[in-house]
Amino acid sequence: MSVLVNKDSRIIVQGFTGKEGTFHASQMIEYGTNVVGGVTPGKGGESHLDRPVFDTVADAVNKAGADTSVIFVPPAFAADAIMEAAEAGIKVIICITEGIPVQDMVKVKAYLNTKNTRLIGPNCPGVITPGEAKCGIMPGFIHNPGKIGIVSRSGTLTYEAVDQVTKAGLGQSTCIGIGGDPIVGTTTKEAVELLMNDPDTEGIIMIGEIGGGMEAEAAQYIKAHGTKPVVGFIAGQTAPKGRTMGHAGAIIGGADDTAAAKMKIMEECGIHVVKSPAEIGATMAAALKR
Amino acid sequence: MNLHEYQGKELLKSYGVEIQQGIVASTVEEAVQAFQQLQEQTGTKFAVVKAQIHAGGRGKGGGVKLAKNLDELKTHAGNILGMMLKTPQTPGGMEGPGKLVSKVLIAEDVYAPDFDACKEYYVSILMDREKKCNVIIYSTEGGMEIEKVAEETPHLVHKEYIDPTLGLQAFQARKIAFNLGLSGKAFKEMVRFIASLYKAFLGADASLFEINPCLKTGDDRILAVDSKVTLDDNSLFRHPDLAEMRDTSEEDPTEVEAKSYGLNYVNLDGNVGCMVNGAGLAMATMDIIKLSGGEPANFLDVGGTADAKRVEQAFRIILRDPSVKAILINIFGGIVRCDRVAQGVVDAYNNIGDIHVPIIVRLQGTNADLAKQIIDESGLAVRSAILLQEAAELVKEVLA
Repeated sequence: MSVLVNKDSRIIVQGFTGKEGTFHASQMIEYGTNVVGGVTPGKGGESHLDRPVFDTVADAVNKAGADTSVIFVPPAFAADAIMEAAEAGIKVIICITEGIPVQDMVKVKAYLNTKNTRLIGPNCPGVITPGEAKCGIMPGFIHNPGKIGIVSRSGTLTYEAVDQVTKAGLGQSTCIGIGGDPIVGTTTKEAVELLMNDPDTEGIIMIGEIGGGMEAEAAQYIKAHGTKPVVGFIAGQTAPKGRTMGHAGAIIGGADDTAAAKMKIMEECGIHVVKSPAEIGATMAAALKR
Repeated sequence: MNLHEYQGKELLKSYGVEIQQGIVASTVEEAVQAFQQLQEQTGTKFAVVKAQIHAGGRGKGGGVKLAKNLDELKTHAGNILGMMLKTPQTPGGMEGPGKLVSKVLIAEDVYAPDFDACKEYYVSILMDREKKCNVIIYSTEGGMEIEKVAEETPHLVHKEYIDPTLGLQAFQARKIAFNLGLSGKAFKEMVRFIASLYKAFLGADASLFEINPCLKTGDDRILAVDSKVTLDDNSLFRHPDLAEMRDTSEEDPTEVEAKSYGLNYVNLDGNVGCMVNGAGLAMATMDIIKLSGGEPANFLDVGGTADAKRVEQAFRIILRDPSVKAILINIFGGIVRCDRVAQGVVDAYNNIGDIHVPIIVRLQGTNADLAKQIIDESGLAVRSAILLQEAAELVKEVLA
């Protein structure tokens, strides 16, 4: 078991024939992911990477039975691509694109409220269920099938956690990169909830950063409903107030946004909070033994 | 991206928002001309000389002065232009070096003739991260710091959330005007003001509008006396006219330069520089530096393509900071191959020649072992690590 994506997911890539889409789709296929085709408007009927190309997401759903989409469309067109996928009935939309205008995401979020779809991202590395499906830009080889679920707002920092988990002799059930933007489709709490309800996930690693209230919300959920050990880390303990640290969403606005405030709430809610990002894997291994 | 007051007001005006009229000037001569022109256009008797810098609280540092005649205008413009203006919001606050003022806005006196009949309000628009929609925040307590009002008298700060699919509705604008205690002509003017302001916010893809004060004049007009406008950098591709308003002299010159190389750099006060791929890992690396007994000198994300050229540019930028006592390079190679980054570090090191601070390189991920070999065999005074914990210990060691 796992969450969001697995070996039976029928996956398409939007922005399939572009440079990014082509590169990452081939990596996904090489990993063994069930990529059933792709979408590039105007190139329908062609074949790319030995997979059919469709003009619309609706075509991909009707003709290839697609239920999951990974989006590599440039920022100016990404919001439109998300809404097209939702309209066509795609169940899980994973948007990798970085740099989507905030007001576009405000609209997308409202639109998705009327659809039965889950959006992951944007501005994220994607979702991977090791050994089954790699939907995104993460390096596949650092992962190892196992029982630890990972939720993170960051890309390379997630790889760091994955690597530590693998080196600690454990593996991952599903790793969810929720994205670094101010508005994301799936919040930390929602991603943690998915993993908490997954029978094959035995421990959860939650990696947050400065800015916003998502980690506090997730911590309250864990306090009330948590049944598995959770290890937490917040990046940006040394970040200055009022400056955006790379991710558009990583900015300290008020007192609740700081790493210290988030770590305090997480600790109070029973999460194993690590101060050093080098201790994530070992702390998880220790927490599982208790 | 932030706009100056005069740029923000031009933007508002183009959407039909009524503003305090003004003309921008870079010299005393221009200020004099602006004053005369403004008197003809608006009939104003006095003028306000306002320093144009990207920081609030300008009045506190002497950056906003009322001129009652031409002589006073010359004096104030002469004093403010070229001054290092300190406000609570400039770097280092009132104790810091301040910011150089190179432009002033000569603005009409909107409080005349009936000062006592004027009333200041607060209006701002921003995107609410929790509710995932835009919100209009407003208060009868204008002209003051809203943070202070919110802390001391929270019941005087109101919020109106806007449905993203429907947009601002007329009843919402009316509610705002009623809550501000307005009636008659001023009420109608406020409804119109709010509607135009929201249209401008959406039209410009702004992430923040702050109008403080928003003024009701003696003759019941509603206008923006100040404007703080922040635009969403991600949307500038569809607003080339607004993108051109960027004033890079307001930004840290090193950060501007770094951006031109595709590096995301933020200058900090510490003694250990760092170079990392990915924003989250960069913040985590700064935290590791602190836990190892140092203080991060910067945030630096080299992005997805950490090639030799970028590594060299990043090196040069970090080394320019004289307080840097060591540099930690932390790359997690996913798509990026570590051996290539390692070669980039070696090449950059040789190109720069004179690197006098210890360097710790931690490369993990694709071809990490090969990368460590390249570093170790290069003969350079570079310490290499594969695990993050090892890197942390090396930082401790070089700082000891």
